[in-house]
Amino acid sequence: MADSDPVYRTDALIAEDIEAYLELHQNKTLLRFITCGSVDDGKSTLIGRLLYDSKMIFEDQLAALEADSKRVGTQGQEIDFALLVDGLAAEREQGITIDVAYRFFATEKRKFIVADTPGHEQYTRNMVTGASTADLAVILIDARKGVLTQTRRHSYLAHLIGIRHLVLAVNKMDLVSYDKDTFDSIVEEYAEFAASIGIEGFTAIPISGFKGDNIAIAPSANTPWYDGPSLINHLETVEVTDTAAQARGFRMPVQWVNRPNLDFRGFSGLIASGEIAPGQDVRIVPSGKTSKVKSIVTLNGELDRAVAGQSVTLTLADEVDCSRGDVIAIADDPPQVADQFESTIVWMSDEELIPGRGYWLKLATQTVTATVAEPKYEVNVNTMEHLAAKTLGLNSIGVAEVTTDRPLVFERYEDSRTLGGFILIDKLTNATVAAGMIHFSLRRAQNVHWQALEIGREQHAALKRQAPAVLWFTGLSGSGKSTIANMVEKRLHSFSRHSFLLDGDNIRHGLNKDLGFTEADRIENIRRVGEVAKLMADAGLIVLTAFISPFRAEREMVRSMLPEGEFVEIFIDTPLSVAEARDVKGLYKKARSGELKNFTGIDSPYEAPENPEIRIDTTATTPEEAANLIVERVLGVWTPDL
Amino acid sequence: MQQLTHLERLEAESIHIMREVVAEAQKPVMLYSIGKDSAVMLHLARKAFYPSPPPFPLLHVDTTWKFQEMYRLRDKMAAESGMELIVYQNPEAKARGINPFDHGPLHTDMWKTEGLKQALDLHGFDAAFGGARRDEEKSRAKERIFSFRTASHGWDPKNQRPELWNLYNARKAKGESIRVFPISNWTELDIWQYIMKEEIEIVPLYMAAERPTVERDGMLLMVDDDRFRLEPGETPQMRSVRFRTLGCYPLTGAVESTASTLPEVVQEMLLTTTSERQGRVIDKDGGDASMEKKKQEGYF
Repeated sequence: MADSDPVYRTDALIAEDIEAYLELHQNKTLLRFITCGSVDDGKSTLIGRLLYDSKMIFEDQLAALEADSKRVGTQGQEIDFALLVDGLAAEREQGITIDVAYRFFATEKRKFIVADTPGHEQYTRNMVTGASTADLAVILIDARKGVLTQTRRHSYLAHLIGIRHLVLAVNKMDLVSYDKDTFDSIVEEYAEFAASIGIEGFTAIPISGFKGDNIAIAPSANTPWYDGPSLINHLETVEVTDTAAQARGFRMPVQWVNRPNLDFRGFSGLIASGEIAPGQDVRIVPSGKTSKVKSIVTLNGELDRAVAGQSVTLTLADEVDCSRGDVIAIADDPPQVADQFESTIVWMSDEELIPGRGYWLKLATQTVTATVAEPKYEVNVNTMEHLAAKTLGLNSIGVAEVTTDRPLVFERYEDSRTLGGFILIDKLTNATVAAGMIHFSLRRAQNVHWQALEIGREQHAALKRQAPAVLWFTGLSGSGKSTIANMVEKRLHSFSRHSFLLDGDNIRHGLNKDLGFTEADRIENIRRVGEVAKLMADAGLIVLTAFISPFRAEREMVRSMLPEGEFVEIFIDTPLSVAEARDVKGLYKKARSGELKNFTGIDSPYEAPENPEIRIDTTATTPEEAANLIVERVLGVWTPDL
Repeated sequence: MQQLTHLERLEAESIHIMREVVAEAQKPVMLYSIGKDSAVMLHLARKAFYPSPPPFPLLHVDTTWKFQEMYRLRDKMAAESGMELIVYQNPEAKARGINPFDHGPLHTDMWKTEGLKQALDLHGFDAAFGGARRDEEKSRAKERIFSFRTASHGWDPKNQRPELWNLYNARKAKGESIRVFPISNWTELDIWQYIMKEEIEIVPLYMAAERPTVERDGMLLMVDDDRFRLEPGETPQMRSVRFRTLGCYPLTGAVESTASTLPEVVQEMLLTTTSERQGRVIDKDGGDASMEKKKQEGYF
């Protein structure tokens, strides 16, 4: 085992004066850090060592560990600390860490949460995940191998995610005879690289996770030439991110409005930055309304002040509108509001980014619909080169414009992880598909005011004495959408309903003649039609649209643009073989011969609706019957006077 | 500049998590097991929503075999917090008389695993708070704070959503549910310190007292009521014992101890040499990866 047997806590104090020990421990600060390195750099061994030295390993665990070490360990008869840390059964078999694991230990001065993140390239997303909550990163290097591609990648990612404290832990020094020159040349090479990607400083420490050198006490007897801190020493003294955030302007994203009764209205949230005290002027963003903080309410009594990192409930002096998603900020220095941003995006899903598609974007407590443009470039995480890209796949990182459907309260990511970091969520699978970091806004939304209109959609509809709706026909080419939509409109007309039919082919001759048939163009086609349909519904019309609209996500996007119940999805269900046999416009023939590319059903997918409001089986229903059925369903629902 | 202590940061994080769930889930519930972790979780919930009572019920998935002192504290805490208490007992386990003496692992499976699924389905809860901590066990160290379960309550460790910053994606399909672990990042010592600092009431069994016990298979078991089946030659003996974790009394091992105050308990814990879950039988059946296997089957 180690030459010294370092202990991070004094058992003597625990045994003699437990109260004094508890007092000491109660006032410790917390540091969260990540360890990253390549597969064999000894990450798990280092963490196992930290747990072992700080006595976070109990006798029964140690006994199990000794048995495991002999059975499946990689260190011969010696204890394999890595086995302590590698949790899931699957990874034990593979012998690698595949996910983010969190470990805990404490020293006399601090408590630590360690995210153990994997070194494999395909798991970039896990490292970004682990790094997102870390104050510091330990980059491990195998002293025998020096700075590797993975070292650069991990450093780049740590820097990208905004970690300001980097530790270069040159590990396995025991295997290079604790050679100073080896250490120095690694540090020199790394310094050059670090400077090239904008890393301002780092702390390099020669260690052996396996033997324990320079982990708790420095210098170890084996490295008399080293005059820096031990790893633990360094971890105990760096500044924590939350403390740094206190120096910035006050911001608190509102999570929840607390209304136990009519006399109390509190705004609950976690303070993202700055500090606040009763009597201070605050501004609600985005509305811009101002008020004063009346009190800071907690179960243990009211507070005189609260700081970044605390979860509190504020009451205000005035009855101002404020709800989840709003940000309460210091009045004279509020955050910006915008709806278009340049962002770095880390893609985390097997399904690649579809530019133009609507995703949920969650930033602090705000959730909006957002679209991502074609990336400006993708970053090669090994060489930091910028590459041209049409999309982003799993584990790729790029820079792109993001547009939201309503203004977001935000800050630059480098100023605030809370108000500058966001996730993208797939609207169908609900998976978290990407993480984003805002660089800056591309235009200030404040400049694009919504015109407040005196005559609104209710007035338009009332004049027409009808409830507006969008009847969205979807189905394969040749399924009968236009035919049936036409008949429906004729019937609506005969019932004196004001309607308008937007037809796919006609729109492509005008509004959308600049669009082709790639996936991105098809999405834009539907987005525009959706916007037009929405305007017409606002004007009080019953809108009929006849578009293939092959993707579920875009149909759902249009649905989400309209008030609940106004979007009626009508699936004209005609099997491909039937539509192809009809081939009214001769398009299937062209597609089959390869003359026509990206044709839905042939070489481009059609995603059938899962729960359409109306489904028409055209193999069992004539167009007339279908039209009657739709009119009955549709008018029956919203015109009780008919 | 005010340096927040680790307990203040942990508290703020847990409260933030609970408020996110209440803002985004349709019908949340808090699983309440009456142990010290549950006690802390409940206390945090009261702080998170004060002056409102926590806007969700407490659910106790009961096995009928808990310690009597646990039932007493449960009813008291529910009344004090102003929350609705739902007690669920799997009717099939009840009808078949499933018990820890005759049925081994089936006891946990039917009362707890099945009982939990049934209770969640019956009430249509789509988010359930649990008091698990990452430092308890290896497979827990990797679980997310928001952990998604399929409609059949399965857990897929390979298909977890990435969790970045403190942004939680609570969206889910119909039928799916989330288990949320607001005290994921607390350690056993943190829990004890917080209990002392906030003066949170816990079951007295955590403190040493003279209790009737028998020694069986290397474990000290407490004879908590007359359903305890004594084996030939066994007679309960009064020993000064306490419990490090609480579960069904015939399955929970006591440790001999004289630590009768909280600081003494913590002192003993810090100087002890065996890990917390060692007192429970559940981790041992099924070998090495047994907790992970249980979780894939739907155990909390």
